[in-house]
Amino acid sequence: MVITVVGIIRAHNLFAVVMLGGVYSFLMATVMVILDAVDVSMTEAAVGAGMSTVLLLAVLHLTQTREAPLRHTPAIPLIVCLLTGGALVYGTLDLPPFGEANAPQNQHVAPYYIENAEHETGSPNIVTAVLASYRGYDTLGEVTVIFTAGIGVLILLASGLRPRRRKNVDSEQDPKDNAA
Amino acid sequence: MTTILADLNYWVTVFLLVGGLYIVVAHGNMIKKLVGLSIFQTSVYLLFISPGKVLGGTAPIIAEGFDVYSNPLPHVLILTAIVVGVATIALGLALVVRIHKSYGTIEEDELHDLESDA
Repeated sequence: MVITVVGIIRAHNLFAVVMLGGVYSFLMATVMVILDAVDVSMTEAAVGAGMSTVLLLAVLHLTQTREAPLRHTPAIPLIVCLLTGGALVYGTLDLPPFGEANAPQNQHVAPYYIENAEHETGSPNIVTAVLASYRGYDTLGEVTVIFTAGIGVLILLASGLRPRRRKNVDSEQDPKDNAA
Repeated sequence: MTTILADLNYWVTVFLLVGGLYIVVAHGNMIKKLVGLSIFQTSVYLLFISPGKVLGGTAPIIAEGFDVYSNPLPHVLILTAIVVGVATIALGLALVVRIHKSYGTIEEDELHDLESDA
């Protein structure tokens, strides 16, 4: 995964960048399986690796596939990023070690969900139970965000097309519309 | 040695996060910026999921014969975050298409040149 990211930073062909992005998403999905997050892994493989890559390729088709070389040396961004990274690594020293069952985050509400989710909601999959039942409002908010984004995409793409050829508006919108 | 292994997942996360941040800040091409943004987001997924893992546990689906489960809460939060992340990327890409239509370029530097010429 780390190698893929370095490849993305260095590549100037945008097609290669998009493909490496897809590879990165699939690797992340694999890591999620190892970390026991099977639902997240499936979503990441379908949405992150599949959907985003298709969207990016569609935009590459509509625009250009080469990145212009950098005009200025990226010294300031590099310093900012190194400072951020240093601060984050310093922060990790206080976090609980990997895989600990007694860490604070695993002692809060999680035991309640694991013990009660099945007989309270009837779903053996705790992730589904929490998503649809205990935290249903989160999911409602998520749907609102996607709906808003879909409207935004439609407005942005339609406003560019309308003055010239009104007839093609519908067919041109379709690839983006899938995001909603 | 054990400390290094215990924190390794966080350090990989930090590297991915900083890599994504670097792409967003340093590169002028907008599509590359968006790929960097999605790397940044994905590293946050890892930051949330990895502390929820319990060694010796299984996926949080109740089944006979398993007593230890990983924490389901981060999984739920990240499911939401993945979908919202894709919505963000889609909106950004729509903006890129629109900018390309109006100005004929998706490079930040060239857009600055166009601005100063006008």
